[in-house]
Amino acid sequence: MYIEPKVEEYRPKEHLKAWLADPLGRDQYVTYRGDDVEIHWHGKASQCEVAYSKKNWTELYVSWSPMGTYFATLFRQGVRLWGGPSWEPQQRFAHPLVKLMDFSPCEQYLVTWSHDPITVPPNLPQGPEFFSPEDEGNNIAVWDIKSGHLLRTFPTSLIEGEDSSMKKQMQWPALKWSLDDKFVARVTPGQQISVYELPSMGLHDKKSIKIEGVIDFEWCPHGEKDRDEAEKAAKSGKTPKKAKENMLAYWTPEVANQPARVTLLEFPSRRILRQKNLFNVTECKLYWQNQGDFLCVKVDRHTKTKKSILCSLEIFRIREKDFPVEVVELKDTVTDFSWEPKGERFAIVSSNDPNLGNPAPGITIKTDISFYQLDRGKNDFRLLRTLASRTSNTIRWSPRGRHVVLATVGSSTKSELEFWDLDFNNEDRREGQAAEWGSGIQHVGSADHYGVTDVEWDPSGRYLATSASAWRHTLENGYAIWDFRGQVIEKHILDRFKQFIWRPRPPTLLTKEQQRQIRRNLKEYSRTFDEDDAAEESNVSAELIALRKRLVDEWNAWRVRCKRDLVDEKRSRGQRVDGDRHAEEKEEIEEWIDEVIEQIEEVAE
Amino acid sequence: MHEQTNRTRPILLQGHERSLTQIRFNNEGDLLFSCSKDHIINVWFSHNGERLGTYDGHNGTIWTTDVDSQSKYLVSGSADNTLRLWNVSNGKCLYVWEFPTAVKRVAFSDDDEKVVCITEQRMGHQGAVRVFKINRDGDGTNQSLEPEHMFHPVGSKATVCAFTYKPSLIVTGHESGKVALFDVVSGTEVLNNERAHMDSVTDLQLSLDRTYFITSSKDKTARLHDTKTLRVLKTFSTETPLNSAALAPNKPYILIGGGQEAMQVTTTSLRQGKFETRFWHKIFEEEIGRVKGHFGPINTIAVHPAGTSYASGGEDGFVRVHHFDESYFKAKPYGDLEIED
Repeated sequence: MYIEPKVEEYRPKEHLKAWLADPLGRDQYVTYRGDDVEIHWHGKASQCEVAYSKKNWTELYVSWSPMGTYFATLFRQGVRLWGGPSWEPQQRFAHPLVKLMDFSPCEQYLVTWSHDPITVPPNLPQGPEFFSPEDEGNNIAVWDIKSGHLLRTFPTSLIEGEDSSMKKQMQWPALKWSLDDKFVARVTPGQQISVYELPSMGLHDKKSIKIEGVIDFEWCPHGEKDRDEAEKAAKSGKTPKKAKENMLAYWTPEVANQPARVTLLEFPSRRILRQKNLFNVTECKLYWQNQGDFLCVKVDRHTKTKKSILCSLEIFRIREKDFPVEVVELKDTVTDFSWEPKGERFAIVSSNDPNLGNPAPGITIKTDISFYQLDRGKNDFRLLRTLASRTSNTIRWSPRGRHVVLATVGSSTKSELEFWDLDFNNEDRREGQAAEWGSGIQHVGSADHYGVTDVEWDPSGRYLATSASAWRHTLENGYAIWDFRGQVIEKHILDRFKQFIWRPRPPTLLTKEQQRQIRRNLKEYSRTFDEDDAAEESNVSAELIALRKRLVDEWNAWRVRCKRDLVDEKRSRGQRVDGDRHAEEKEEIEEWIDEVIEQIEEVAE
Repeated sequence: MHEQTNRTRPILLQGHERSLTQIRFNNEGDLLFSCSKDHIINVWFSHNGERLGTYDGHNGTIWTTDVDSQSKYLVSGSADNTLRLWNVSNGKCLYVWEFPTAVKRVAFSDDDEKVVCITEQRMGHQGAVRVFKINRDGDGTNQSLEPEHMFHPVGSKATVCAFTYKPSLIVTGHESGKVALFDVVSGTEVLNNERAHMDSVTDLQLSLDRTYFITSSKDKTARLHDTKTLRVLKTFSTETPLNSAALAPNKPYILIGGGQEAMQVTTTSLRQGKFETRFWHKIFEEEIGRVKGHFGPINTIAVHPAGTSYASGGEDGFVRVHHFDESYFKAKPYGDLEIED
């Protein structure tokens, strides 16, 4: 018999970006400690509070979506997404024994991975949200976040080790998204890159890009310039002459008389934009600057004897005609590379420590940190400054650039944090003086967080969080928040502390012009903030005044007691006390007055 | 506060060749007594810094001195193992008591009838606390050689002592940081606070009515204690070892001074050494001002009983007398709070 389904009552959903409208303009962060997950508000000291907390909210770890809209937790059954001011469940993805997950850049899709191949037991419910028999044996699943539907599953592709005895390693993320969520690609090492179109998840052009030997690739990020241009075009109503295409970079090692090679490929046209041959290559790593202006390929080279390793940085300038490539040669091994966000600078960690590559307990590798900058005059990248003989192994640029933190992470003996400002005398330079090369670099502070395992800037670039996670060691777990000068704001040592993540923010909605206006009228805006601060301060001072009054009252009461005791004490000893003295001081004075009335002298004859 | 105290022009008393050990005002505050490692006790007019005279006779570092409330007798204790009684007005030594070890601290009782002294524990001799009855009749030379009471505090050495508001009760500070009350008659420890300080107590000065007192310590803190219960009322934490602490009468302030050990002075700059007299609020435990001037650690501080001036004696051999100016008395840095002295 047909039963008419009940129409569910409409329940308005909460706004998923409500936190951005916080009247105090605070950021959020999540902490995971023991079984407790807490969402915190972070602002001025008086504005910090726990926004939400829940026990057993996750079984593995927690994650934010790239723009902070969703909060993800992992359970045996799969991934759940939460959001809105009351953290209501938003979506669930049934991938049993899920271990890894990854969001697409625009938060439309989710990728999950489990070590255990997918099985479809007969009692599994059917529907677009569930695995079906053809997914069996696969490990990776792609989901649509809004609908919760499963889009496609894949087997894990493994990078073959040089010899078969080497453990096969899986790359994560296994699927790489173009920055507009239009494509997702995976590499089959040594053979091909397969690009799938969204939302259908069908193989683009029905064939993969065959590239012999291909090891790795990266999509080019979209810069603000690209976005602005696209918006402008959309506003003017004209369809742009040619929509800017996506781009990806990949590299292939030396194979059969063919040199190693880095290639820039336009997509979906599949046009090769630029290729560069490289020799004696051991390994390449691709680093895009976050605006897509530059691509740095860090090339580890070996000498003919394969005994020593050199390093070169091949820097592609993407915005210029024919993609000029510049090479920075280095003698030491580069262990970390990082572009300044939205900038023309990068920092590297290099080392020639003989212990490099042979990690031993108690040994901290000696490193040098170098900053490079694009010299506009000469149009090449030049060394700004090298900070020699350090132990820092981690570079963390502020998301707004300019400030950078160098940290020694994962060492049992060193845990220093160095705070640097690369435009310290920025103000002077604006006055037209040609600043000396590299003179703007200024050390602004040092700090130490014993046992630090993670270092992360907040989305505004004003604060830095460091944490010591129990996943790595069990000494003084906890977290600390510093300002950009390295002054500690708060520090908590918390047993079984595991994870700290700032909630990301979406890109600003203000146009360039509006941002410029704000910067120009900063004094106007800051006045209202100053007023708030002053009001708050007077609140605090009201509290302080009350405290002082209390202290004085306590003191005075105690003094009165003391004085009374003292009087009693002295009286009991039969001594005079001040109060008594007045009475006793009334001395009786007897006055004898002789009055001579008459004096007669008689002469006795 | 800072400026105010700086504006008062200090009087520099240059009458000692070696570091100061203790300075005391008399009851009226017109006289200032200073003793030093140079074997000399000086007496000065506090209002202009003119030297009135000296008390000569000791044959070693004079560690300590005290004057009675009538400014008639002065006592002093020295590394020459003697305790001496002096006539304040003519500088004559009236009596000498001799002990096996140095005298580290002396103090009059509030009725001037008694003197308490601490002798050092050294060379097999126990540290001792002795109380002498002072015969105030006649010319003062007729004193009894034997102490009225004597006892040996067990445990940590006593470094400082004073009579409390009870004539039978003295308060002591010890090398371990302990503060204790002793009954002089029985020699028993009536009460103690073992953890009053974490290191040696270097000075102890009572309030005018002797119901509370301040101590300074090598542990870099000064503390205010209730005499009756030995409860710590307030703590003033600094970053340098302290040698002296004093209470400012009629104002809710305390004065503290110190600095690095004399041994380490050559390796510390003036700034690091903190050779400043520091003013703290007695109730709020907040620092309110500093007065610079000495070239070495401050060893001893005393405040005029009327609270109108103070003096500091330093390792540098100088005594500096500062008269508070008008603004010191007018200033109310914390508003109109009536605070009992």
